[in-house]
Amino acid sequence: MAAIPVLPKLVGERVKRREDPRLIQGRATYVDDITIAGMKHLVFKRSDIAHGRIRSIDTTAAEAMDGVDAVFTGAEIAEFLPPMPIGTPFPSPPHHSVAVDVVRYVGDPVAVVVARDRYAAKDAADAIVVEYDALPAVVDLERAMTGQPAVIHADFPNNLAVALVPGGTGVDGAMNVDDTAVDKAFAEADVVISQRMMNHRLVPNAIEPRGVVAHYEPGKESMTIWSSTQNPHILRSMIAALNGLGQHQVRAIAPEVGGGFGSKINIYGEDYVASAISKRLGEPVKWIEERSEAFVATTHGRDILGYVELAAKQDGTVLGLRLRLIADIGAYNMLLTAAIPTLTMLMVSGTYRIPAIRATITEVFTNKTPTDAYRGAGRPEATYFVERAMDMLASKLNMDPAELRRRNFIQPAEFPFATQMGAVYDSGDYDKALTAALKLADWDRLKAERDAAKAEGRLVGLGLAMYVEVCGLGPSSSLPTGGWEHSQVTIERDGRISATTGASPHGQGNETTFAQMLADQFGVPIEHVTILHGDTGVVKQGIGTFGSRSQAVGGAALHMAGGKVKTKMARFAAAMLEAHEDDLVFENGTIAVKGAPASGKSFADVAAFAYVPVPLPAGLEPGLSEEAFFEPSNNTYPFGCHISMLEIDRETGEPTLLKLVAVDDAGNLINPMIVEGQIHGGLAQGIGQAMVEEAVYGDDGQLLTGSFMDYAIPRATDFPRFELGATVTPTPVNPLGAKGVGEAGTLGSTPCIVAAAVDALSGFGVTHIDMMLRPEKLWRIIQGGQS
Amino acid sequence: MPQISITVNGKVRKARVEPRLLLVHFLREQLLLTGTHVGCDTSQCGACTVLIDGRSAKSCTIFAVQASGSKVTTIEGLATDGALHPLQEGFWEEHGLQCGYCTPGMILSAVNLLKDTPRPTERQIREGIAGNFCRCTGYQHIVNAIQHAAKKGLPKRAKRARRTPKAAASAATGGR
Repeated sequence: MAAIPVLPKLVGERVKRREDPRLIQGRATYVDDITIAGMKHLVFKRSDIAHGRIRSIDTTAAEAMDGVDAVFTGAEIAEFLPPMPIGTPFPSPPHHSVAVDVVRYVGDPVAVVVARDRYAAKDAADAIVVEYDALPAVVDLERAMTGQPAVIHADFPNNLAVALVPGGTGVDGAMNVDDTAVDKAFAEADVVISQRMMNHRLVPNAIEPRGVVAHYEPGKESMTIWSSTQNPHILRSMIAALNGLGQHQVRAIAPEVGGGFGSKINIYGEDYVASAISKRLGEPVKWIEERSEAFVATTHGRDILGYVELAAKQDGTVLGLRLRLIADIGAYNMLLTAAIPTLTMLMVSGTYRIPAIRATITEVFTNKTPTDAYRGAGRPEATYFVERAMDMLASKLNMDPAELRRRNFIQPAEFPFATQMGAVYDSGDYDKALTAALKLADWDRLKAERDAAKAEGRLVGLGLAMYVEVCGLGPSSSLPTGGWEHSQVTIERDGRISATTGASPHGQGNETTFAQMLADQFGVPIEHVTILHGDTGVVKQGIGTFGSRSQAVGGAALHMAGGKVKTKMARFAAAMLEAHEDDLVFENGTIAVKGAPASGKSFADVAAFAYVPVPLPAGLEPGLSEEAFFEPSNNTYPFGCHISMLEIDRETGEPTLLKLVAVDDAGNLINPMIVEGQIHGGLAQGIGQAMVEEAVYGDDGQLLTGSFMDYAIPRATDFPRFELGATVTPTPVNPLGAKGVGEAGTLGSTPCIVAAAVDALSGFGVTHIDMMLRPEKLWRIIQGGQS
Repeated sequence: MPQISITVNGKVRKARVEPRLLLVHFLREQLLLTGTHVGCDTSQCGACTVLIDGRSAKSCTIFAVQASGSKVTTIEGLATDGALHPLQEGFWEEHGLQCGYCTPGMILSAVNLLKDTPRPTERQIREGIAGNFCRCTGYQHIVNAIQHAAKKGLPKRAKRARRTPKAAASAATGGR
């Protein structure tokens, strides 16, 4: 027998991505690249006012235009499409995919045109004349809570979507609140920090806008829907439900998806309308979002106001935390809108042992685009509030911010650790990450550099932030869709491996990482493995990719399914080798008795035998294809430490990020190269929030930052070279020990940059600056005003 | 409707088009070259970047009729004889992409950059791609990818062509 080539182990290696050849050559298929014969184009007419009653919609001119097939108003759509469901148990006002009677934010659709092509459809949409009776626009969050200047939904007095839900110490299951412990903590404190902080609104802006192609085939009574979505299986369920179809009649496909960042979790009105119109007309239809639409029609992120109070002893020991959270959720509840701020609440203990916490959450309707998940989704907000408060405490106590944090860390021996908020942290070693970050950044040298720069009159500051996030969502108790993930692994007749995953990626590189895992598990070349995803006609079941869950939950399901099929394959191999299945090893493309590789059977031969099993080994069915649903026992809690150095131009107030050091602990890593890419991307969005990105509404409810000309997406010139480090603390909640890393970068970066700006301006008596760090705001502080 | 003639990836393409048809829609919808993407409607994001007569241009900002008589290179025309362009290779080697949507435009901007500045500093690279948005990578691996390609050098034809602008345009469109 010829020498068997030795295959390297791939898990843990920087394997080049298998997705890339199609992407770098322009050969990938995104949703706008899909064309079906006879396909019509949809364009939505949208409200250009924030709040108003629709007096009339005149579609006659539009309907008469060349190439126009049909125009539907909201009222007409409502005759064949029910209001949109939400995915949380909170009460919610009816939300029509296309507005009926009242518009509630700029961008709320009022009619839809079906036409031959997008140019004709757009011309026709422009020709629709809508008259409104304007109502007062509800823009200011705290004023909105008093029902002023208007009530947006009649059944929600004072615009309260969720009113003052309490959590933390002394709150029982029936929401009875006992404040004794929290009050005692504050009474015993030597120092109390108190600050109002705004974690402002952001526009996710995946570079590929949303889009959908819906094709209902009347003869087959089945619907195929392609959508730029993070979760085709959830899309399928919802599209079926709203179109009166069974899930077996709907096939949902997420083709190549050009980024999501949480904004493509939702099933949007446009998805429902496209599917319903296709079903009604019996024709395929396409809708592609324009960027100016995306700014108002795709969910926004963040926009949570926090009133933070932190109580501590003189030595820095934190005794208690009070946090009143008020979320501006915009005009409607979308799929997960109401749940996002509850994640903020869940995580406000941060990396610290805080013995008494009272947090409350209030969610408020305003005449703005609805909010929902955006990278980090609730956890960056929690991190921001807690870390800013810790910095203010450090400053008040004149302590090094690292030392203050160290004094309050949950210790490694205390895991699993139940916080006062009810989170049970799986594993952690926070001091290890902090120490690694301080070392990588050379903290003492940086402090000396800062001091030297300040002595020269330069405005240089340092910031540090710890974070812990809740990822790997999650046990089914934590997600209304179920929190599992599914995979099926098939050894084909030629010994090649096809595997499906319900974790539908949109840039995360699962085709590579999952193939690395299976190549190692079966001892075969990675070229022999294909990962299939994003098509409910191929992938039987799934939840999707969000909450940094694809590796921790989807990867675990893949590993389980692989294990099942491997067990079965070993039994076929054992029959062929007349050996015991427990004595077999899978490596280098063979299955052999341990210690005797030359006597083994090739992987392909065993696969072939499994499909033509003559004689069939006792107790086995033919074939090699097994599936698994992995249900995690808990969420995962990745953590880390980010450090930044920032300089502010004294003349202009313009901040420049000089340094960003990130040490992240995501547990075990499958592909460090991909992990670095995920962290870089998260950092960019976290830095973006701190420094350049902000969705700003005018008093009339117009989005003033409604294009890339007014809303700054960070450019390559905005960043220094990021310096990354890692610690590895595996999680016990899945067999891979992986925690997830997609969102990590957005958590520590934002507060550490604001901390650096405050540090740079410490000479001006400032202790907190609300983001974003607009040069004008910083300039005013330098000129002697306050932020 | 006006008649146009554009050499796209070395092939002469003639068509009658509406005067208002954007070049990007001509490429995507009439020639089915869907590698060129649309990411915005205000000429900011750069996803639609192609080479027109060897220079990078945002194809959402030019009408197809304006490109008549020009040579256009899209991402589909960048590899030659089945061999990846050094920038394509660099993006693959250095993990210069995640979702891939900005990638074609980013690569073509980088082609332009390296043509003007074959040995760019990191600052020059960051400035050279400042007209292209990437929301996934934080740009660092893109910078690495361009450095990778710069180290390797552009294909010989393009290198030689750099000295004479006319040949440069020809080389960038595949030299045909």
